[in-house]
Amino acid sequence: MTTPQNLKYTKSHEWVRTEADGTVTVGITFHAQEQLGDVVFVQNPQPGRKVKQGEECAVIESVKAAADIYAPVTGEVIAANHDVADHPERVNQDPYAAWMFRIRPGDPTELAGLLDAAAYQQLAESEKH
Amino acid sequence: MAQSAQRTTPLNAVHHALGARMVAFAGWEMPIAYGSQLEEHHRVRRDAGMFDVSHMLVVDLRGGQARAFLQRLLANDAAKLAAAGRALYSCLLDRGGGVLDDLIVYFLGGERYRLVVNAGTAEKDCAWIAARRDECAPEVTIEPRRDFAIVAVQGPRAREKTWDALPHLRAASERLAPFHAAESDGTLIARTGYTGEDGFEIMLPAAGAVALWQALAGKDVAPAGLGARDTLRLEAGLNLYGQDMDETVTPMEAGLAWTVALDGGRDFIGRAALLGRAPRWRQLGLLLLEPGVMRGRQKVRGGWGAGEITSGGYSPTLNRSIALARLPRAAAAGEEVEVEVRGKWLRARTVAPPFVRHGKVLISAEC
Repeated sequence: MTTPQNLKYTKSHEWVRTEADGTVTVGITFHAQEQLGDVVFVQNPQPGRKVKQGEECAVIESVKAAADIYAPVTGEVIAANHDVADHPERVNQDPYAAWMFRIRPGDPTELAGLLDAAAYQQLAESEKH
Repeated sequence: MAQSAQRTTPLNAVHHALGARMVAFAGWEMPIAYGSQLEEHHRVRRDAGMFDVSHMLVVDLRGGQARAFLQRLLANDAAKLAAAGRALYSCLLDRGGGVLDDLIVYFLGGERYRLVVNAGTAEKDCAWIAARRDECAPEVTIEPRRDFAIVAVQGPRAREKTWDALPHLRAASERLAPFHAAESDGTLIARTGYTGEDGFEIMLPAAGAVALWQALAGKDVAPAGLGARDTLRLEAGLNLYGQDMDETVTPMEAGLAWTVALDGGRDFIGRAALLGRAPRWRQLGLLLLEPGVMRGRQKVRGGWGAGEITSGGYSPTLNRSIALARLPRAAAAGEEVEVEVRGKWLRARTVAPPFVRHGKVLISAEC
Protein backbone atom coordinates (compact mmCIF):
# COMPACT_ATOMS: atom_id res chain seq x y z
CA MET A 1 0.00 0.00 0.00
CA THR A 2 1.64 3.22 -1.10
CA THR A 3 -0.90 5.56 0.54
CA PRO A 4 -1.72 4.43 4.11
CA GLN A 5 -5.32 5.14 5.15
CA ASN A 6 -4.43 6.30 8.66
CA LEU A 7 -2.38 9.29 7.53
CA LYS A 8 -3.19 12.77 6.24
CA TYR A 9 -1.41 14.33 3.29
CA THR A 10 -0.48 17.69 1.79
CA LYS A 11 -0.56 18.78 -1.83
CA SER A 12 3.22 19.22 -1.54
CA HIS A 13 3.59 15.47 -0.82
CA GLU A 14 4.24 15.35 2.92
CA TRP A 15 2.48 12.73 5.03
CA VAL A 16 1.19 13.71 8.48
CA ARG A 17 0.44 11.41 11.38
CA THR A 18 -1.38 12.67 14.48
CA GLU A 19 0.03 11.06 17.63
CA ALA A 20 -1.89 10.25 20.82
CA ASP A 21 -0.45 13.36 22.52
CA GLY A 22 -1.72 15.65 19.78
CA THR A 23 1.68 16.24 18.14
CA VAL A 24 2.12 15.48 14.44
CA THR A 25 4.88 13.51 12.73
CA VAL A 26 5.90 14.48 9.18
CA GLY A 27 7.64 12.67 6.32
CA ILE A 28 7.43 12.48 2.53
CA THR A 29 5.19 10.11 0.63
CA PHE A 30 6.02 7.04 -1.40
CA HIS A 31 5.06 8.99 -4.52
CA ALA A 32 7.38 11.87 -3.56
CA GLN A 33 10.43 9.67 -2.99
CA GLU A 34 9.68 7.82 -6.21
CA GLN A 35 9.67 11.10 -8.14
CA LEU A 36 12.88 12.28 -6.47
CA GLY A 37 14.90 9.11 -6.97
CA ASP A 38 17.67 8.09 -4.57
CA VAL A 39 17.73 10.49 -1.62
CA VAL A 40 21.30 11.46 -0.67
CA PHE A 41 20.89 14.33 1.83
CA VAL A 42 18.29 15.34 4.43
CA GLN A 43 18.42 18.61 6.35
CA ASN A 44 15.87 18.85 9.15
CA PRO A 45 14.70 21.90 11.12
CA GLN A 46 16.10 22.59 14.58
CA PRO A 47 13.78 21.65 17.46
CA GLY A 48 12.33 24.80 18.96
CA ARG A 49 11.79 26.48 15.62
CA LYS A 50 8.35 28.03 15.14
CA VAL A 51 6.90 27.32 11.71
CA LYS A 52 3.83 28.49 9.80
CA GLN A 53 1.69 26.20 7.69
CA GLY A 54 3.25 26.00 4.21
CA GLU A 55 6.63 27.35 5.33
CA GLU A 56 9.81 25.74 3.96
CA CYS A 57 11.38 23.99 6.91
CA ALA A 58 13.50 21.10 5.61
CA VAL A 59 15.40 20.08 2.49
CA ILE A 60 15.74 16.74 0.76
CA GLU A 61 18.35 16.37 -1.98
CA SER A 62 18.26 13.39 -4.29
CA VAL A 63 20.58 12.33 -7.07
CA LYS A 64 18.30 14.33 -9.36
CA ALA A 65 17.18 17.46 -7.58
CA ALA A 66 16.60 19.37 -4.36
CA ALA A 67 13.13 19.48 -2.82
CA ASP A 68 11.81 21.80 -0.13
CA ILE A 69 9.75 20.20 2.61
CA TYR A 70 6.92 22.37 3.95
CA ALA A 71 5.39 22.51 7.40
CA PRO A 72 1.95 20.91 7.02
CA VAL A 73 0.63 22.83 10.04
CA THR A 74 1.56 25.89 12.09
CA GLY A 75 3.36 25.14 15.35
CA GLU A 76 6.67 24.41 17.02
CA VAL A 77 9.18 21.81 15.87
CA ILE A 78 9.72 19.52 18.85
CA ALA A 79 11.91 16.78 17.35
CA ALA A 80 13.96 15.95 14.25
CA ASN A 81 14.93 12.45 13.13
CA HIS A 82 18.73 12.22 13.18
CA ASP A 83 18.60 8.65 11.93
CA VAL A 84 17.17 9.72 8.59
CA ALA A 85 19.75 12.53 8.29
CA ASP A 86 22.52 9.95 8.81
CA HIS A 87 20.88 7.41 6.48
CA PRO A 88 19.03 9.34 3.75
CA GLU A 89 18.42 6.10 1.81
CA ARG A 90 15.77 5.16 4.41
CA VAL A 91 13.46 7.73 2.81
CA ASN A 92 13.43 5.51 -0.29
CA GLN A 93 13.43 2.20 1.56
CA ASP A 94 10.46 2.93 3.84
CA PRO A 95 9.09 6.47 3.42
CA TYR A 96 6.35 6.05 6.03
CA ALA A 97 8.79 4.88 8.70
CA ALA A 98 11.46 7.45 7.79
CA TRP A 99 9.83 10.39 9.55
CA MET A 100 11.64 13.72 9.37
CA PHE A 101 10.34 15.95 12.18
CA ARG A 102 7.53 16.43 14.70
CA ILE A 103 5.45 19.54 15.27
CA ARG A 104 3.25 20.55 18.21
CA PRO A 105 0.36 22.18 16.31
CA GLY A 106 -0.66 25.70 17.29
CA ASP A 107 -4.00 25.45 15.49
CA PRO A 108 -5.45 21.91 15.45
CA THR A 109 -8.19 22.96 13.02
CA GLU A 110 -5.58 23.11 10.25
CA LEU A 111 -5.38 19.30 10.35
CA ALA A 112 -8.93 19.02 9.07
CA GLY A 113 -7.93 20.86 5.91
CA LEU A 114 -5.32 18.25 4.89
CA LEU A 115 -6.01 15.59 2.26
CA ASP A 116 -7.20 12.12 3.17
CA ALA A 117 -5.63 9.04 1.58
CA ALA A 118 -8.14 8.81 -1.28
CA ALA A 119 -7.74 12.48 -2.24
CA TYR A 120 -3.95 12.23 -2.07
CA GLN A 121 -3.90 9.03 -4.12
CA GLN A 122 -5.89 10.83 -6.79
CA LEU A 123 -3.43 13.75 -6.76
CA ALA A 124 -0.41 11.43 -7.02
CA GLU A 125 -1.99 9.49 -9.90
CA SER A 126 -2.77 12.68 -11.79
CA GLU A 127 0.87 13.78 -11.55
CA LYS A 128 2.14 10.53 -13.02
CA HIS A 129 0.50 11.21 -16.36
CA MET B 1 7.12 18.11 -25.37
CA ALA B 2 4.28 15.63 -25.79
CA GLN B 3 5.21 11.99 -25.37
CA SER B 4 4.17 11.18 -28.91
CA ALA B 5 6.60 13.77 -30.28
CA GLN B 6 9.56 12.11 -28.60
CA ARG B 7 11.90 9.91 -30.56
CA THR B 8 12.54 6.40 -29.31
CA THR B 9 15.49 4.05 -29.62
CA PRO B 10 15.26 0.41 -30.81
CA LEU B 11 15.45 -0.59 -27.12
CA ASN B 12 12.49 1.52 -26.00
CA ALA B 13 10.14 -1.42 -25.41
CA VAL B 14 12.85 -3.22 -23.43
CA HIS B 15 13.23 -0.22 -21.11
CA HIS B 16 9.48 -0.08 -20.53
CA ALA B 17 9.34 -3.82 -19.87
CA LEU B 18 12.09 -3.41 -17.26
CA GLY B 19 10.00 -0.74 -15.52
CA ALA B 20 12.46 2.05 -16.25
CA ARG B 21 11.60 5.60 -15.33
CA MET B 22 11.58 7.31 -18.71
CA VAL B 23 12.41 10.98 -19.23
CA ALA B 24 12.69 13.39 -22.13
CA PHE B 25 16.31 13.97 -23.09
CA ALA B 26 17.29 16.03 -26.14
CA GLY B 27 14.00 15.09 -27.81
CA TRP B 28 14.32 11.38 -27.00
CA GLU B 29 12.41 9.25 -24.52
CA MET B 30 15.24 7.67 -22.51
CA PRO B 31 15.58 5.64 -19.27
CA ILE B 32 16.93 7.70 -16.37
CA ALA B 33 17.00 4.70 -14.01
CA TYR B 34 15.57 1.19 -13.83
CA GLY B 35 15.49 1.09 -10.03
CA SER B 36 18.05 2.70 -7.77
CA GLN B 37 20.36 5.01 -9.69
CA LEU B 38 22.95 4.64 -6.92
CA GLU B 39 22.99 0.85 -7.32
CA GLU B 40 23.39 1.21 -11.07
CA HIS B 41 26.34 3.54 -10.48
CA HIS B 42 28.03 1.09 -8.10
CA ARG B 43 27.41 -1.84 -10.42
CA VAL B 44 29.35 -0.07 -13.16
CA ARG B 45 32.21 0.89 -10.81
CA ARG B 46 32.44 -2.62 -9.30
CA ASP B 47 31.18 -5.06 -11.94
CA ALA B 48 29.46 -4.28 -15.24
CA GLY B 49 26.52 -2.22 -16.45
CA MET B 50 25.04 -1.37 -19.84
CA PHE B 51 23.58 1.80 -21.26
CA ASP B 52 21.39 2.38 -24.29
CA VAL B 53 22.99 5.40 -25.94
CA SER B 54 21.32 4.98 -29.31
CA HIS B 55 20.12 8.58 -29.13
CA MET B 56 23.68 9.54 -30.05
CA LEU B 57 24.22 9.70 -33.79
CA VAL B 58 26.64 7.66 -35.87
CA VAL B 59 27.81 9.62 -38.93
CA ASP B 60 29.92 7.89 -41.58
CA LEU B 61 32.32 9.88 -43.76
CA ARG B 62 33.91 8.39 -46.81
CA GLY B 63 36.15 9.51 -49.64
CA GLY B 64 39.69 10.19 -50.71
CA GLN B 65 39.49 13.67 -49.20
CA ALA B 66 38.00 12.48 -45.93
CA ARG B 67 41.16 12.59 -43.84
CA ALA B 68 42.18 16.04 -45.07
CA PHE B 69 38.61 17.20 -44.44
CA LEU B 70 38.67 15.90 -40.84
CA GLN B 71 41.99 17.68 -40.32
CA ARG B 72 40.25 20.90 -41.34
CA LEU B 73 37.03 20.16 -39.40
CA LEU B 74 38.35 18.98 -36.02
CA ALA B 75 40.47 20.66 -33.32
CA ASN B 76 42.31 17.38 -32.69
CA ASP B 77 44.44 16.06 -35.55
CA ALA B 78 43.05 13.16 -37.58
CA ALA B 79 46.66 12.43 -38.58
CA LYS B 80 46.86 10.67 -35.19
CA LEU B 81 44.55 8.00 -36.65
CA ALA B 82 47.64 6.14 -37.85
CA ALA B 83 46.05 2.74 -38.36
CA ALA B 84 42.60 1.34 -39.01
CA GLY B 85 40.77 0.91 -35.69
CA ARG B 86 42.23 3.98 -33.98
CA ALA B 87 39.81 6.34 -32.21
CA LEU B 88 40.28 10.02 -31.39
CA TYR B 89 38.34 12.36 -29.11
CA SER B 90 37.94 15.89 -30.47
CA CYS B 91 35.99 19.10 -30.24
CA LEU B 92 34.16 20.46 -33.27
CA LEU B 93 34.75 24.23 -33.20
CA ASP B 94 33.08 27.20 -34.82
CA ARG B 95 35.19 29.90 -36.46
CA GLY B 96 35.37 31.80 -33.19
CA GLY B 97 36.89 28.78 -31.41
CA GLY B 98 33.66 28.03 -29.53
CA VAL B 99 32.74 24.37 -28.96
CA LEU B 100 29.94 23.20 -31.29
CA ASP B 101 30.15 19.64 -30.01
CA ASP B 102 32.54 16.99 -28.76
CA LEU B 103 32.79 13.67 -30.57
CA ILE B 104 34.79 10.53 -31.16
CA VAL B 105 36.08 9.78 -34.65
CA TYR B 106 36.97 6.18 -35.55
CA PHE B 107 39.19 5.32 -38.50
CA LEU B 108 37.57 2.28 -40.08
CA GLY B 109 40.28 1.80 -42.71
CA GLY B 110 40.77 2.86 -46.33
CA GLU B 111 38.77 6.01 -46.93
CA ARG B 112 36.17 5.34 -44.19
CA TYR B 113 35.70 7.25 -40.95
CA ARG B 114 32.92 7.17 -38.38
CA LEU B 115 31.90 9.98 -36.03
CA VAL B 116 29.68 9.59 -32.98
CA VAL B 117 28.08 12.89 -31.98
CA ASN B 118 25.75 14.01 -29.20
CA ALA B 119 21.98 13.63 -29.58
CA GLY B 120 21.12 17.24 -28.80
CA THR B 121 23.54 18.60 -31.36
CA ALA B 122 23.21 15.94 -34.07
CA GLU B 123 21.20 17.95 -36.58
CA LYS B 124 23.25 21.11 -36.08
CA ASP B 125 26.45 19.07 -36.46
CA CYS B 126 25.29 17.39 -39.68
CA ALA B 127 24.36 20.75 -41.22
CA TRP B 128 27.70 22.26 -40.17
CA ILE B 129 29.72 19.31 -41.41
CA ALA B 130 27.88 19.26 -44.76
CA ALA B 131 28.40 23.00 -45.27
CA ARG B 132 32.13 22.74 -44.52
CA ARG B 133 32.36 19.69 -46.79
CA ASP B 134 30.82 21.70 -49.63
CA GLU B 135 33.51 24.36 -49.14
CA CYS B 136 36.60 22.21 -49.14
CA ALA B 137 35.95 18.51 -49.76
CA PRO B 138 32.97 18.12 -52.11
CA GLU B 139 33.68 14.46 -52.86
CA VAL B 140 33.35 13.33 -49.25
CA THR B 141 30.07 11.58 -48.56
CA ILE B 142 28.30 12.14 -45.23
CA GLU B 143 25.90 9.45 -44.10
CA PRO B 144 23.98 9.85 -40.82
CA ARG B 145 23.29 6.33 -39.56
CA ARG B 146 19.98 6.44 -37.69
CA ASP B 147 19.77 2.75 -38.60
CA PHE B 148 22.36 2.05 -35.88
CA ALA B 149 21.90 1.38 -32.19
CA ILE B 150 24.66 1.99 -29.63
CA VAL B 151 25.05 0.04 -26.40
CA ALA B 152 27.82 0.92 -23.93
CA VAL B 153 28.98 -1.94 -21.65
CA GLN B 154 31.10 -0.48 -18.87
CA GLY B 155 32.84 -1.65 -15.72
CA PRO B 156 35.81 -3.72 -14.57
CA ARG B 157 34.10 -6.93 -15.73
CA ALA B 158 32.47 -5.42 -18.83
CA ARG B 159 34.82 -6.96 -21.36
CA GLU B 160 34.76 -10.51 -20.02
CA LYS B 161 30.97 -10.39 -19.66
CA THR B 162 30.63 -9.07 -23.20
CA TRP B 163 32.68 -12.01 -24.48
CA ASP B 164 30.62 -14.47 -22.43
CA ALA B 165 27.38 -13.02 -23.78
CA LEU B 166 28.50 -12.37 -27.34
CA PRO B 167 31.21 -14.91 -28.20
CA HIS B 168 31.10 -13.88 -31.87
CA LEU B 169 32.61 -10.50 -30.88
CA ARG B 170 35.49 -11.98 -28.90
CA ALA B 171 37.94 -12.51 -31.74
CA ALA B 172 37.56 -8.96 -33.02
CA SER B 173 37.79 -7.29 -29.61
CA GLU B 174 40.05 -9.46 -27.44
CA ARG B 175 43.25 -7.58 -28.24
CA LEU B 176 41.81 -4.09 -28.59
CA ALA B 177 43.81 -1.45 -26.71
CA PRO B 178 41.94 1.47 -25.11
CA PHE B 179 40.61 3.92 -27.70
CA HIS B 180 40.70 1.33 -30.45
CA ALA B 181 37.84 -0.34 -32.32
CA ALA B 182 37.24 -3.25 -34.67
CA GLU B 183 34.49 -4.21 -37.09
CA SER B 184 32.84 -7.60 -37.10
CA ASP B 185 29.98 -8.37 -39.50
CA GLY B 186 28.65 -4.83 -39.58
CA THR B 187 29.08 -4.29 -35.83
CA LEU B 188 31.72 -1.86 -34.58
CA ILE B 189 33.05 -2.73 -31.14
CA ALA B 190 35.13 0.03 -29.54
CA ARG B 191 37.09 0.10 -26.28
CA THR B 192 35.74 3.52 -25.38
CA GLY B 193 33.20 4.90 -22.92
CA TYR B 194 31.97 7.74 -20.75
CA THR B 195 32.22 6.33 -17.23
CA GLY B 196 35.92 6.25 -16.31
CA GLU B 197 35.79 2.44 -16.37
CA ASP B 198 37.00 -0.10 -18.88
CA GLY B 199 34.53 -1.50 -21.36
CA PHE B 200 33.10 -1.32 -24.84
CA GLU B 201 30.79 0.83 -26.89
CA ILE B 202 29.06 -1.38 -29.44
CA MET B 203 27.49 0.12 -32.58
CA LEU B 204 25.28 -2.27 -34.47
CA PRO B 205 22.35 -2.32 -36.90
CA ALA B 206 19.18 -1.48 -34.97
CA ALA B 207 17.54 -4.84 -35.73
CA GLY B 208 20.11 -6.62 -33.56
CA ALA B 209 19.91 -4.31 -30.56
CA VAL B 210 17.32 -6.20 -28.49
CA ALA B 211 19.06 -9.56 -28.90
CA LEU B 212 22.39 -8.03 -27.93
CA TRP B 213 20.87 -6.37 -24.84
CA GLN B 214 19.13 -9.59 -23.76
CA ALA B 215 22.32 -11.60 -24.21
CA LEU B 216 24.21 -9.16 -21.97
CA ALA B 217 21.35 -9.21 -19.43
CA GLY B 218 21.66 -13.01 -19.43
CA LYS B 219 25.24 -12.62 -18.16
CA ASP B 220 24.09 -10.32 -15.36
CA VAL B 221 25.19 -7.05 -16.95
CA ALA B 222 23.04 -4.50 -15.10
CA PRO B 223 20.89 -2.08 -17.11
CA ALA B 224 21.90 1.46 -16.15
CA GLY B 225 20.19 4.72 -17.05
CA LEU B 226 21.16 8.24 -17.92
CA GLY B 227 21.16 9.14 -14.22
CA ALA B 228 24.02 6.77 -13.41
CA ARG B 229 25.73 7.73 -16.65
CA ASP B 230 25.77 11.33 -15.44
CA THR B 231 27.18 10.60 -11.95
CA LEU B 232 29.78 8.25 -13.45
CA ARG B 233 31.00 10.75 -16.03
CA LEU B 234 31.07 13.55 -13.44
CA GLU B 235 33.26 11.44 -11.13
CA ALA B 236 35.45 10.66 -14.15
CA GLY B 237 35.78 14.40 -14.84
CA LEU B 238 34.28 14.08 -18.32
CA ASN B 239 32.46 17.08 -19.77
CA LEU B 240 28.80 17.00 -20.74
CA TYR B 241 28.12 19.05 -23.84
CA GLY B 242 25.61 21.85 -23.21
CA GLN B 243 26.51 22.01 -19.51
CA ASP B 244 30.28 22.06 -19.15
CA MET B 245 30.91 23.57 -22.57
CA ASP B 246 29.12 25.11 -25.52
CA GLU B 247 29.75 27.75 -28.22
CA THR B 248 30.50 30.42 -25.60
CA VAL B 249 33.75 28.77 -24.45
CA THR B 250 36.84 27.38 -26.11
CA PRO B 251 38.30 23.94 -25.34
CA MET B 252 41.02 25.72 -23.34
CA GLU B 253 38.33 27.18 -21.09
CA ALA B 254 36.63 23.80 -20.61
CA GLY B 255 39.56 21.64 -19.54
CA LEU B 256 40.12 20.27 -23.04
CA ALA B 257 43.37 21.98 -24.08
CA TRP B 258 44.90 18.50 -24.36
CA THR B 259 42.52 17.70 -27.24
CA VAL B 260 43.55 20.69 -29.37
CA ALA B 261 46.47 19.89 -31.70
CA LEU B 262 48.07 23.28 -32.42
CA ASP B 263 51.49 22.00 -33.49
CA GLY B 264 52.53 21.91 -37.13
CA GLY B 265 50.46 24.83 -38.34
CA ARG B 266 47.46 22.72 -39.42
CA ASP B 267 44.70 25.13 -40.46
CA PHE B 268 41.64 23.76 -38.64
CA ILE B 269 38.43 25.70 -38.16
CA GLY B 270 38.76 27.83 -35.02
CA ARG B 271 42.56 27.76 -34.90
CA ALA B 272 43.10 31.46 -35.64
CA ALA B 273 40.53 32.44 -33.03
CA LEU B 274 42.13 30.20 -30.38
CA LEU B 275 45.56 31.70 -31.04
CA GLY B 276 44.20 35.24 -30.95
CA ARG B 277 42.15 34.93 -27.77
CA ALA B 278 43.48 34.61 -24.23
CA PRO B 279 41.40 32.08 -22.30
CA ARG B 280 39.10 33.69 -19.74
CA TRP B 281 38.25 30.63 -17.72
CA ARG B 282 39.84 27.60 -16.16
CA GLN B 283 37.90 24.42 -15.52
CA LEU B 284 38.48 22.80 -12.14
CA GLY B 285 36.73 20.24 -10.00
CA LEU B 286 35.15 21.10 -6.66
CA LEU B 287 34.74 18.94 -3.59
CA LEU B 288 32.12 20.15 -1.11
CA LEU B 289 33.53 20.18 2.43
CA GLU B 290 30.13 20.47 4.15
CA PRO B 291 26.83 18.56 3.91
CA GLY B 292 24.69 19.48 0.90
CA VAL B 293 24.65 18.96 -2.86
CA MET B 294 26.15 21.32 -5.43
CA ARG B 295 24.20 21.77 -8.67
CA GLY B 296 24.83 23.33 -12.06
CA ARG B 297 24.71 27.15 -12.30
CA GLN B 298 25.45 27.75 -8.62
CA LYS B 299 27.86 30.61 -7.91
CA VAL B 300 31.44 30.07 -6.74
CA ARG B 301 33.61 32.72 -5.07
CA GLY B 302 37.29 32.73 -4.19
CA GLY B 303 40.24 35.08 -3.78
CA TRP B 304 40.36 35.57 -7.56
CA GLY B 305 36.70 36.59 -7.98
CA ALA B 306 33.62 34.73 -9.13
CA GLY B 307 32.87 31.64 -11.17
CA GLU B 308 30.08 29.16 -11.72
CA ILE B 309 29.40 25.46 -11.40
CA THR B 310 28.72 23.85 -14.77
CA SER B 311 27.86 20.34 -13.51
CA GLY B 312 27.31 19.38 -9.91
CA GLY B 313 25.85 16.53 -7.99
CA TYR B 314 26.32 13.75 -5.51
CA SER B 315 29.26 11.40 -5.97
CA PRO B 316 28.19 7.89 -4.92
CA THR B 317 31.81 6.73 -4.77
CA LEU B 318 32.97 9.60 -2.53
CA ASN B 319 29.65 9.94 -0.66
CA ARG B 320 30.14 13.68 -1.04
CA SER B 321 29.05 16.36 -3.47
CA ILE B 322 31.40 17.10 -6.38
CA ALA B 323 31.23 19.51 -9.30
CA LEU B 324 32.94 20.84 -12.38
CA ALA B 325 33.30 24.62 -12.31
CA ARG B 326 34.21 27.44 -14.68
CA LEU B 327 36.54 29.68 -12.68
CA PRO B 328 38.80 32.67 -13.46
CA ARG B 329 42.21 31.80 -14.92
CA ALA B 330 43.94 32.64 -11.63
CA ALA B 331 42.20 29.73 -9.90
CA ALA B 332 44.27 26.64 -9.11
CA ALA B 333 43.77 23.23 -7.55
CA GLY B 334 44.01 23.01 -3.77
CA GLU B 335 42.29 26.28 -2.88
CA GLU B 336 39.39 26.74 -0.51
CA VAL B 337 36.39 28.46 -2.12
CA GLU B 338 32.71 28.99 -1.34
CA VAL B 339 29.68 27.80 -3.29
CA GLU B 340 26.21 29.28 -2.95
CA VAL B 341 23.97 26.28 -2.29
CA ARG B 342 20.33 27.23 -1.78
CA GLY B 343 21.10 30.65 -0.35
CA LYS B 344 24.01 29.61 1.87
CA TRP B 345 27.72 29.90 1.11
CA LEU B 346 29.28 26.48 1.78
CA ARG B 347 32.99 25.63 1.85
CA ALA B 348 34.49 23.66 -1.03
CA ARG B 349 37.96 22.85 -2.29
CA THR B 350 39.25 23.07 -5.86
CA VAL B 351 40.71 19.84 -7.22
CA ALA B 352 42.13 18.67 -10.53
CA PRO B 353 39.66 16.21 -12.08
CA PRO B 354 39.12 13.30 -12.48
CA PHE B 355 37.75 12.41 -9.08
CA VAL B 356 37.48 8.67 -9.76
CA ARG B 357 38.89 6.39 -12.46
CA HIS B 358 38.89 2.60 -12.71
CA GLY B 359 37.16 2.28 -9.36
CA LYS B 360 39.85 4.30 -7.54
CA VAL B 361 39.43 7.64 -5.81
CA LEU B 362 42.07 9.99 -7.24
CA ILE B 363 41.63 13.03 -5.01
CA SER B 364 42.07 13.55 -1.31
CA ALA B 365 38.58 13.60 0.16
CA GLU B 366 39.65 14.92 3.56
CA CYS B 367 37.83 18.00 4.82
